Amino acid sequence: MKKVYINSISSITAQKTFDNSEFLDEVIIHEDQVIFAVEPVYKDYIPPAAARRMAKGIKMGVVASKLALQEAGLEQVDAIITGTGMGCLRDSEKFLSGIIDNDEQFLTPTSFIQSTHNTVGGQIALELQCKGYNFTYVHGSNSFESTLLDAKLQLELDEAQNILIGGVDELGDYTTKLNKIIHHIKDEKTNSNNLLDSKTKGTVFGEGANFFVVSNKKQDTSYAEVVSVEMYNTLSQNDVAKTALNFLKENNLTVEAIDAIILGNNGDVEFDGYYNELTSTAFSNTQQVCYKNLIGEFFTASPFGLWIASKILKTQTIPEALKRNHLGTASFKNILLYNQYRGENHSFTLLKTC
Amino acid sequence: MSKGIAITGMGIISAIGNNVAENFQSLMEGKKGISKISKIETIHKDDIMVGEVAYTNSELVDLLGLSTENNYSRTGLLGAIAAKEAVANAGIKDMKAYKTGLISATSVGGMDMTEKYFYDYLENDTNRRYIESHHAGDSTQKIAEQLGIDNSLITTISTACSSAANAIMLGARLIKAGQLDRVIVGGADCMSKFTINGFKTLMILSDTYNTPFDENRKGLNLGEAAAFLVLESEAIVKAENKTVLGYVKGYGNANDAFHQTASSDHGDGATLAMEKALEVAGFTAKDIDYINAHGTATGNNDLSEGRAIIRVFGDSPPEFSSTKAYTGHTLAAAGAIEAIYSVLALQNNVIFPNLNFKTQMKEFNITPQLEAKEKRIQSVMSNSFGFGGNCSTVIFSKEQ
Amino acid sequence: MEALKQELKENIIEQLNLEDMSVEDISDDEILFGGGLALDSIDALELIVMLDKNYGIKLTDPKEGRSIFESINTMATYIQEHRSK
Repeated sequence: MKKVYINSISSITAQKTFDNSEFLDEVIIHEDQVIFAVEPVYKDYIPPAAARRMAKGIKMGVVASKLALQEAGLEQVDAIITGTGMGCLRDSEKFLSGIIDNDEQFLTPTSFIQSTHNTVGGQIALELQCKGYNFTYVHGSNSFESTLLDAKLQLELDEAQNILIGGVDELGDYTTKLNKIIHHIKDEKTNSNNLLDSKTKGTVFGEGANFFVVSNKKQDTSYAEVVSVEMYNTLSQNDVAKTALNFLKENNLTVEAIDAIILGNNGDVEFDGYYNELTSTAFSNTQQVCYKNLIGEFFTASPFGLWIASKILKTQTIPEALKRNHLGTASFKNILLYNQYRGENHSFTLLKTC
Repeated sequence: MSKGIAITGMGIISAIGNNVAENFQSLMEGKKGISKISKIETIHKDDIMVGEVAYTNSELVDLLGLSTENNYSRTGLLGAIAAKEAVANAGIKDMKAYKTGLISATSVGGMDMTEKYFYDYLENDTNRRYIESHHAGDSTQKIAEQLGIDNSLITTISTACSSAANAIMLGARLIKAGQLDRVIVGGADCMSKFTINGFKTLMILSDTYNTPFDENRKGLNLGEAAAFLVLESEAIVKAENKTVLGYVKGYGNANDAFHQTASSDHGDGATLAMEKALEVAGFTAKDIDYINAHGTATGNNDLSEGRAIIRVFGDSPPEFSSTKAYTGHTLAAAGAIEAIYSVLALQNNVIFPNLNFKTQMKEFNITPQLEAKEKRIQSVMSNSFGFGGNCSTVIFSKEQ
Repeated sequence: MEALKQELKENIIEQLNLEDMSVEDISDDEILFGGGLALDSIDALELIVMLDKNYGIKLTDPKEGRSIFESINTMATYIQEHRSK
């Protein structure tokens, strides 16, 4: 079986991450319950004729994918695999409210077409003229991890050499309202610096696109090797630590070999307990890294964790803003990632230097 | 060439029956499930025909024994019914005995409830429990719960109308790669105002019975359905001496890279998907005895697919038919519905007719199979194509 | 007629999100599809809705749109002959 490498990364989030020459050099402190992506100038990347029908999510996805391809030095890939929890929410909201408001009359096709979950994957293929394998996963907080697993299977068996994978989700105003009334979004404004210790229900919502070229051909510029990814639809809080240790064992590693653990804490007092199971026990002496206070929660927020892990392994540094504890770890070889949303769809991902 | 993956169970609910046996009976009797819409209030009710599942939501809730406070979308309800039949059919007693996963497919997800309560959610809290069942992965989580699949690999695919074919493909690959020993694969999509109006804006809905591969075809009928298949590893089949219904022998996914919704004139993506599937199966075109076509009865699909079939099979392809005249186009579920019809064709050595056909298309000379026909069938090819240029083909065989 | 043409140009730019275009960029006889504006089949469907919504003209077959939407001139002529609002 071939090994799988992350050959390029790109990220558009509520931090200025689209400039990949930086690694969170400046951190934007957000105050609101809903935080929007810092957007690149889309016109620089998407021709106007193509951009005119694209909502924000599609633009973010298309630009992030271009940045990833650019960094990998590729004009074509063998497969495109995208993940999205909610799809193109703005177009879905627009089409649905159009149906209700106009009593099913005078509706136009554009927002319906764009609301299809595989729109981003399809548009990237259209633009690259990529006729290869094209999948879209829509499984909550494991939408992106599904793309990673799928790509890894193909690369290990050498069915493909370079695969573009990514996750994208956008905020929609009406859906935000709905998530507020059911308290999945916090009732109160919360500062980024305090989110993880907020001790209240709900979280801060964000949006973004994170894309990667994964390959079974290592380059001098490769970021990391993807050792393993595992997903669980359910997992009880009591089993999290045991499952994490088993996962390491299957990969012939112990807790001591893990130089950093990247966690998806989002400051929701009801569900951060899953992460605390790891940080208070097995991984209490491991460098802990959190990021959702900086970019908000969304179904495809977790690939930003993979972006961070890739950066850490390549640069051998961790920006202060990401550190949850301070251990002074100076060199990074193995990084474990763990994520879940509202107690469902858990994932463990293991990366190592290459 | 690689070995096929065993199919050991099937379950289905569609406009032509609430289980596999009823679906088979309707297919043989030429009984369509297409009618005027009855379960959704829409201003288009006189302009469209649809394939609805007979049960109401509350009947489905009763069948599943759910509390009235459940927050299942109709997609989840239909999916759970079909998946349970598949698991029972496979004779699975202990879900935990093997490493089991679930791969489902949907395009509408919980949109049926969202469109019902969209503005109402803000006004009162009676139905707010449905807000979190809107996203596409939710129905899969519910189906997993119904099947007792926990701590497991489960995911959801949404590539429009090829979704369930892709779920079958992924399931077979996961078993081949040793990631899972057993996987339940399929898809579910319920009828919704959202999709009715969406397809209406594209002007591809027929106001009468859909007529696949007919010169005067007027478009598709939407359908709702769910179907699941149980795939099991060779080791399980041997250890438990399982009855194998057929094998997933080949599969291929390709992108047309032509247009956001339309298929290319000569079916480039479809051709690639069929060729890839033959290659994975280690087959040549001659090995296929029947093609269950995507055949949506839109002007664009049937022309593009027909041309692609000719590109792969030449001017005299094996018998082919679209079963969408029976069920309507069941979108993300279609690939699984038609996978089951393909296995039924294998098991019973029969080709199901392409209903409603009257006039030969003028662009080519191939004609679908118009009557039910007995034929010794060793392998069946099933096509599913979707928006975003997504083209998928799965091949089912009697032999591994 | 001139007012109608002007209105059509404004509506087309708005409805089809032709952000970087202005009314002056579209001449009355310019080929809309496959020509300089490079409109496609999705745009044609958008224009069919525009005919319905703004002028009460219902097309049931997208093919009918081909000759109607050839240029601003053909559109304006058709609308003038068939409008019900």
